[in-house]
Amino acid sequence: MFGVALTALLQQSLLEFVPGSLRTGGLTDANFRAVLAPQYLRYIWETILLSVATTVLTLVAAYPVAYALARARSARVRSLLLVLTLAPFFTGAIVRTYAWMLVLGNSFVRWPVKLLFEPSGVLIGLVHFSMPTMILILAAAISHIDPRYERAAASLGARPARVFWRVTLPLSMPGVASGCLVVLAWTFSAFPTPELLGGGRVKMVANVVKDLALDSFNWPGSAAFAAVALAVTLAVLAVMSRGLARLER
Amino acid sequence: MIGAVLARGVLVTLLAFMTLPTVVVIVASFNPTAILSFPPAGLSLRWYVNALTYPQFQRAAVNSLVVTVASAVLAVPFGTAAAFALVRYPLRARGTWTALLLSPLVIPGVAAGLGFLILAAKVGLLTSRWVLIVAHVALVLPFVVRSVAVSVANLDPGLERAAASLGARPRRVFVRITLPLLRPGLLAGLLFAVIVSANEFVVSLFISTRVTEILPVAMFTYVVNYTDPTMAALSTLFIVVTVLAVVLADRLLDLSRVFQIGEHR
Repeated sequence: MFGVALTALLQQSLLEFVPGSLRTGGLTDANFRAVLAPQYLRYIWETILLSVATTVLTLVAAYPVAYALARARSARVRSLLLVLTLAPFFTGAIVRTYAWMLVLGNSFVRWPVKLLFEPSGVLIGLVHFSMPTMILILAAAISHIDPRYERAAASLGARPARVFWRVTLPLSMPGVASGCLVVLAWTFSAFPTPELLGGGRVKMVANVVKDLALDSFNWPGSAAFAAVALAVTLAVLAVMSRGLARLER
Repeated sequence: MIGAVLARGVLVTLLAFMTLPTVVVIVASFNPTAILSFPPAGLSLRWYVNALTYPQFQRAAVNSLVVTVASAVLAVPFGTAAAFALVRYPLRARGTWTALLLSPLVIPGVAAGLGFLILAAKVGLLTSRWVLIVAHVALVLPFVVRSVAVSVANLDPGLERAAASLGARPRRVFVRITLPLLRPGLLAGLLFAVIVSANEFVVSLFISTRVTEILPVAMFTYVVNYTDPTMAALSTLFIVVTVLAVVLADRLLDLSRVFQIGEHR
């Protein structure tokens, strides 16, 4: 119990601190008004576009892997897929992002369009970054579907594609919804990927937070942006828990 | 039939996309020239020598070691207590506690980092390693709690009661019965704590100085300033250690159960 109380306390202090910092030098809403200034609004808009695109592409790319993982017949294959999924999940953000800098910015492969320091390159990096998370959530959801439903549909004459669209996909919707929302929330506050693959030309909300806090030492302004990111994350998660509760009923 | 081949092709392509960057980094790390060429002009370990002798990396490696060990040592007992409380005891507002414990997973890194930075400034610990350690404990706790909770849920309380009824004192029951039965969960939790802490970057960037910075932060600074493959060599070392740790965790605790993946059983 003591441990729980202590951790809760610890995390509570962490949560409450972001708005608390705005008190430095008296109350004002100037920081939040600054967030809406045209030069910053552009970054927020870019962040929204990149997050939505990342979520959609990640879902499409992750579903087949998750399906294979959930329905793998041999424990060996499942272990292999799981390690392939988890290794990037646990390999640090810096290592993974640096790897993409090498892939996108090397001199011997000529990409048809410029990718490094462009939104498209950031998008590739973000999808790669989100895939393991999405795979894990989807695979858990697909595992909960009783394979007998699929076999029943097939035995009644449904082709594999029809079984997928009419049985598997609808039954995995809770996983699809929560996977998309988690990825959306994470991507909205992504930092290392846009920082390194964007090279200062592509900026998302988290990069503005870092610029303001560590380069301009404008902590209150930076905290306002961080609060926006936090609010978006919590809002997305609130939608998720409410939606899941309804799906489970 | 064509469908099955197509499905396999898609799967292989996607797995290739996931592993491609790793392969490129490993190839680059053995490349003798500073500018990446393919096929490589030969094999060289010069970037590994560079990475291991660069003073700022050495200092950061020591910092990483201190922070990771300290946060794991603190997080495992707290996380175990929390896992027990969540699984065993009829807590009021169990959902809220669970959400609080798991919240570091979802709170944006920049928000947490900035929060810790401001907190550290207020208590005058801006240049202290303790800020890093406290932040890392909070960040690794969700992983410890989840791993240990699996073992706690599998632990039959009857075994503990049997030992107690045979006259064992609570402490003896805990040391001789409970701890050994929890070992897989504890080890996996410890392993996760070490992996997550050693790789943490965003929060650490905000709360470290040039003196206290951990390895991922030093690597970030290096990438921003230099382009030679020294980073590729260091990344390869990171990747190898991480893959080994994940395989080990899978052996210990059958990860498909931690993430609830697989057939009904």
